[in-house]
Parts: sequence; structure tokens; C-alpha cells
Amino acid sequence: MPVEFGPDEFKTNERRTIVTRFWIFLFLLVPILGVGVFLWAPYAGVYLPQDVSTHGHKIDHLFTFILLLTGAVFIATEVVLVVFMWRYDRERNQDPVKFTHGSHNLEMVWTIIPAATLLFIAIYQMNAWAEVKIDRPDIPPTLKVTARQFEWRLQYPGPDGVLDTRDDIHTVNDLHIPVNEQILIHLESDDVLHSFFLPNLRIKQDAVPGSTIPVWFRATEIGAFDLVCAELCGWGHYKMKGRLTIESREDFENWLEQKRQEQEAVQ
Amino acid sequence: MSATIAHGHEGAHGDAHAHSGSFLTTYVFSRDHKVIGIQFLISTLLWFVVGGLLALAVRWQLAWPWADMPIVGRMLFSAEGGQISPEFYTMLFTMHASVMIFFVIIPILAGAFGNFLIPLMIGAEDMAFPTLNMLSYWAMWPAFILMTASFFVEGGAASAGWTAYTPLASVHQAAPASGTGQTLWLLGLIFVGISSMMGSVNYMTTIIQMRAPGMTMFRLPLTIWAMFITAVLQAFALPVLTAALFMQVLDRVLGTGFFVPEGLMINNETAGAGGGQPLLWQHLFWFYSHPAVYIMILPAMGMVSDMIATFARKPIFGYKPMVYAIAGIAGLGFIVWGHHMFMSGMNPYLGMTFMLATMMIALPSAIKVFNWLGTIWGGKIELTTPMLFSLAFVSMFIIGGLSGIFMAATPVDLFIHDTYFIVGHIHYVLFGSSAFAIFGGIYYWYPKMFGRMMNETLGKIHFLLSFIFFNGTFFTMHILGAGGFPRRLADPYHYEAFKHMQPMNQFMTICALGMGAAQIIFAINFFGSLFFGKRVGRNPWRANSLEWQAPSPPGHGNFDFQPVVYRGPYEFNSPEVDEDYYPQTQPPPEKGGQEKQKEGEQH
Ligand SMILES: [Cu+2]
Ligand SMILES: [Cu+2]
Repeated sequence: MPVEFGPDEFKTNERRTIVTRFWIFLFLLVPILGVGVFLWAPYAGVYLPQDVSTHGHKIDHLFTFILLLTGAVFIATEVVLVVFMWRYDRERNQDPVKFTHGSHNLEMVWTIIPAATLLFIAIYQMNAWAEVKIDRPDIPPTLKVTARQFEWRLQYPGPDGVLDTRDDIHTVNDLHIPVNEQILIHLESDDVLHSFFLPNLRIKQDAVPGSTIPVWFRATEIGAFDLVCAELCGWGHYKMKGRLTIESREDFENWLEQKRQEQEAVQ
Repeated sequence: MSATIAHGHEGAHGDAHAHSGSFLTTYVFSRDHKVIGIQFLISTLLWFVVGGLLALAVRWQLAWPWADMPIVGRMLFSAEGGQISPEFYTMLFTMHASVMIFFVIIPILAGAFGNFLIPLMIGAEDMAFPTLNMLSYWAMWPAFILMTASFFVEGGAASAGWTAYTPLASVHQAAPASGTGQTLWLLGLIFVGISSMMGSVNYMTTIIQMRAPGMTMFRLPLTIWAMFITAVLQAFALPVLTAALFMQVLDRVLGTGFFVPEGLMINNETAGAGGGQPLLWQHLFWFYSHPAVYIMILPAMGMVSDMIATFARKPIFGYKPMVYAIAGIAGLGFIVWGHHMFMSGMNPYLGMTFMLATMMIALPSAIKVFNWLGTIWGGKIELTTPMLFSLAFVSMFIIGGLSGIFMAATPVDLFIHDTYFIVGHIHYVLFGSSAFAIFGGIYYWYPKMFGRMMNETLGKIHFLLSFIFFNGTFFTMHILGAGGFPRRLADPYHYEAFKHMQPMNQFMTICALGMGAAQIIFAINFFGSLFFGKRVGRNPWRANSLEWQAPSPPGHGNFDFQPVVYRGPYEFNSPEVDEDYYPQTQPPPEKGGQEKQKEGEQH
């Protein structure tokens, strides 16, 4: 029975054979290059940055876990697509077309297996979420962070140990925290939405005007890292950059004392 | 209905001329669904150019920040000496997204394809409400005009992101463009909403009421099922967006303060009376805009299903599961909006609930992918241009669907939220999937629209370049995002940690420029084929659905005979007939098996 239809381009000839192979090869490049890019990424330094938090490894582990899982599904489905394109090309497939409207059993299989997998991911990740966003430590805040166009204002309790008193110590874009200690931040905004993003601590939280939102974490290594604004806050959003310094308790206290003296000198 | 259909062979064609009062009523203020569909198509394609150019400007800045833009730079930004300013940059990505979403993808799928295909595919002579249909197109024009005007007002067009998050968008002092530009943007979207609502009511009524004899719901092509469910989504979700848009307009114009909290100080000025909640906007906005993601993908899925069945010469695998999957996506689509707000300060327990629903919505998408693969299994595939785009849709949708799981997982979203991972994901869904399906759909239905084929060779070159450059532009965004590269930064390299990602961004920009250039080939093919395309008969692809039984192009009233439907639209290679296709209108053979007889008797 004649299957050729439409314009001349679809007539069987040598050119069609070559062109068809070319298209199938093109589709094959998707899984090959897709996997290739992800294998190359860590070497190019374009991958999860160094993690210096206690909870970050859980997030990274979850990322890797989902990457492997979705990667497997990605490779499988893309390869099946290519194999079918090759095997069931009109020229190659000499068998009669399988006249079928589906298979109840197959539908059940590919409904239940993904459903179970997705449910598993959903439950599997809950602990990590609870640790970062639900189980708030019961301690007084280490500092208050107030975002505003286009800077981070930081406010540490003064010698009285209480926030929002006259002796508070203020800095701008210069965030210091002691290492290996539980930190609790009260995050606020003066004007529009911002987002408090510490890539290396796997912390992100929008700052919402009118609300005080708690953010907590524990840093594990000494060093200096970026504080990024991750929510569009106006034209200067790109330059709303802060510096995070993680240091020993001693260095932290020295720094705080130095800031306090600088502040008093001005007053 | 039968009155206009009762005429001879060439009747439908002659009819068009008989009814045409003047040029104005035939081609401009036409009430014919086909003309309205083509009007939508041409308008949206023109906006596609605008949205694309805005995107290229964004890409330019990301590759070579603050470098003089070649050719157009001096003209556009003479004040800055040919550079993009940060204010202008925020406007660029805001308007790119707004144009692409509200002026291109939504109206091209529902307005252009929905309009053109629904009556033809269900065997109706027109929409249920032709005048309403015409108005739905003309309601787009105030939106077009308002948006265009907003580029020229003081402060420029909207630049608070396409999500228009408050208070940045709603408070005048918050940004230079949060002045008139933002108000015009809001009013423009209200008109888009009016247009969509009129379309939606019309589509639902038409599909329920105007089907040809024998066209049961489960004999509808999947394109129509998708259009139907999309219309339902629009009808339920749009009122919420419209209310939210009005509230933001009131906040801006009358200072109502729905979204502005107490004591807001912006640029050392008190902003409004307060008493509002910024997160309220996000809830209202996403209550519409998450379903909108499905409004932008479901019709594409339907169209791809039709094309894949036609060019695999095989019935759709799992027709009913496909329908249930579309319905499932639509249903779940209403309870997942919160996944855009995991980091917003929303109750984290609520976040978990949204996470669970979002995980589950991946399921119907997966079912659809498996069924498309099932459809080409054992078929006889012909890689025409529409089929290449359709298979590319499947291939790209797999990526876009799977990358969604990362974001659904709340702890992972914590890191990748507002990074380029999201930008990559959304473009795999909206460009790699929706736009590829749209291109495929244009190549596929063009002969029906204009009676001529588009050029296959040019089509394939267009496909090749689009496919390669698309992936070159967007795939690497996933690893950029994994590297924490934030979106919406006018100069990401302001951060030391992202400096080494600039060469990669330059590569992406070059690919984006290539992708833009490839669309010139498409434009030449589209407009050139109007005059030089090969003329075709009614059914150039030998497909089954009703539109292929009408003349190409169909005249006023569509069919020159009364279509009666005997079977579903995907009976390719049925053992009942010798041909490899079996049109829905073809009566079963006289001395066929018992089953066919029964089927015929249903009418
Ligand atoms: Cu910001
Ligand atoms: Cu969403």
C-alpha cells in the first residue's frame, strides 16, 4: 500500500535515507551532550560551590540524588526516542504498522512506578526542609539583617546582648559570624523585596517588608564568601552585594569591639 | 447549522465571496474564525520578533556587560554612549517575558490555533459566538497599544519583572519605571485577560454545543481536548489575575495599599498608608500564572499528539489516558502555585503541601511522554518538518519536565531558586516545547490555512538551526544555576565568584544570536509560501481529522458537505481499509465486520 504522500521530498530515495540518518543522529546528540555537559561542569567550576554549612550536604546530596534519578530517566527516554526513530523509520520498518490503541497494563506500569518514585522523593526531602526552614533554634538572635535598596544593613546587639537597644553595633554589607556556632538572623526589609542568599551556606530567604523572618545556620569553615541579593529589587539589584566573613569566636569578638569603638568615636 | 452547508461542491468557496460585504468586514473586522485565527497568528508572530529582540539585548548584556551594543546601541542609548544602563536592563527582561507570555505564547496557542482549529476539527461552520470571537481579537489591540506606548513614557516600560512583585512594582518611588510604565503594563494585561476570557467562553461553548453528528467527546482530536481544558483553566484562573491587576492599579493610582505594609520607606519617602501584605500579590498572581504555564503547554501537547500520530501513521497510544493526563494536569495545576513562593517567607509547612502537589503534577506529564513514545513505536515514521518539531518537542519536554523536579524539591529549590537553573527550565518548557510545537503546528496546518505548502527544505534548515542553537543557548543554564549564577543581574560579574562564567555566557549569547537569525529563514518561508508555495488539495498529509476534509483553505462556513463522524481521529493503518488512513467522515465499508456497523449505528 502506498505510504508516500505530500510533496516530492518524502519520496523514497537515497537522499531521504541519508537525511533521515542525519536527523536521528541529531536527536542522539541530546542525551550524549546533555550528560557530557553535566560531567564537564564540576571541572569547569560551574557547579555546586563549596559548602561550608552543617546542613548544606543534605541539599547537595538531594541535588545529586535527583540528578542521578532524572539523569537515568532522561537517558532512557531520549535513547528510546532515538531507537524508535531509527527502527520505525518508514523505510526501515518493513513490518505492517502495529494497529493498537494502547495497553492498559503498560499505562498502569508507567503510572504507578513514576508515582511511587515521585512520592518517595517528596518524603525523602522533608527532613532537610524541616532542618532549614521549620526547626528554628530557640536562641536569641545573633544579629538583625535589614535589606534596603541597594545594601545590607547589619545590626549586632551591643554589650547588653539585646537587639534594638541604643548600644547596638551597625555595619553595612559587612557580615561577620563566628564559626561552628548556631546563628539566628532576624531578616527584615525597609523597602521592597530582597533575598538573602549565601550560596556557600546553602541559605536563601526573601526579605519581606513588614515581616521579620528568622534564618538560621551553622558555618563549619573559616573564610570569606559572597552575600548575594537574589530577588529583583530595582535597577541596582546587581550591585547589592555583601561580604560574609566566617571567623573564630575570638576574631569575631575583636571585630565587633573594633566596630563598637569606631561607632562611639563618631557619636 | 445545515442551512449554510447545503450547497454544492465549490459552494463553500463561492460562499466566501457571496457573503463578503467589503474588504473591511472580510479581512479586518471579520467574524470568521479562520480570519480571526490568522489575525492572531500574524499579530503574535510580529510580537515574537519584538520579544526575541528584547531577549537578544538581554543576552548581549550578559555576555559583554556595559559594552557598546553594535549598530543599534548608539541609536537606543545615546545618553549612556551606546551602553545598556541597569535600569534599561531590568526593563529588557521584564518586557521580554511579558511580551513572550502574554502577547505570543498564550494568544498564539489559544487565539491563533484555537480559533482556526476548533470549528474545523469538530465539524462546525464557525464558533458559537462569532461576534464575541471578533471582539476577543480586537481586545488585544488596546493591550498592544498600551504596551507599545509604555516604552515611550517617562521612566520607560515596566521593569519590576514580569511577575510585578510588590512593593517594587506598586510603589512609584521604588524604581524609575515604577511610574506610568507599570500602570500601562497593568492595564495592558487587563485587556489581554478580557480577550482570553472572551475566547475561553467561546471555545467551551463551541466544543460542547457545535460538534458534528457522531463527534462524541472521545472522538475529539487531542488538540481539541487540550484547547477545551485550557479554556476551562482560563475561565477559572483569570478572574483572580484580573482582580489582582485591578488591586495593583488601585494601589498605584489611589494609594489603597493592598500590597503595601505599614511604615514602608522608599528613597526616604513614606510609601502609602500601609496595612497591606506584599505576599498577597504573589498568591494572587501565581494562582493565575501557574495555571498559565499549563495554558502555554497543554494546547502544544495536543497539537504535537496529532502531528505525531499523523507522521507515525499509527493511532495515538493511550488516547484516554492522554485525555485524563491533560485533565489531571489542569486539576492539580490549581493547587501548586505556592511552589513559586518556597523562599518567599510563606509558612514552611504550607511549602511542604505545595511541594507534594507539585511532585504529583510531574506524573501526568510523564504519562504523556510515555504515550508519545508508545505512539511512534511500531509506526512508519516520516520525518517531515512538523514531525521533526514534534519529536523535538518530546525530546525537549523531557528535559523541561525533569528539571522541574529539582525545583519541586524544596531544599534543592532553596539553592537554585532565582538562579539560571530556573531560566533554563522555563525556556525548555516554553521555547523548546511550546514554541517548537507552534512552529510544527504552523508547518502542519499552513496548507489548510492558505492552500499552499511551506517549503520543506527551508523548514528543515530552520529546524536544524533552531534546534542546535536553542540547546546551545539554554542547556548550559542548568549548570550555571547549579553554580549559583543568579538571574536578573545587570552585571553578574560584579561578583568575583561568577567571573569565570562569563565565557560560557558569551557562547550562549552567540547561540542566541544564531537562533534569532534562523528565524529569518522561517519568516521568508512563511511569507514567501503565501505566493510561491505548492498548491495542495484538501488532505496533503493524508490525515484523518475533520479539518482535512474541508477545502484548503476552507471557505466561509468551512465544509461543503455535512460532516458525519464515524470514528476517532487516529485510525491510521486500520485493517478495515486498504489506505493507511481512515478519515473520520469516511463511512465504514458496506460489507465490513460487525463492529464497524455498530459504530455507524450510534448516529
Ligand atoms: Cu536585589
Ligand atoms: Cu508554577
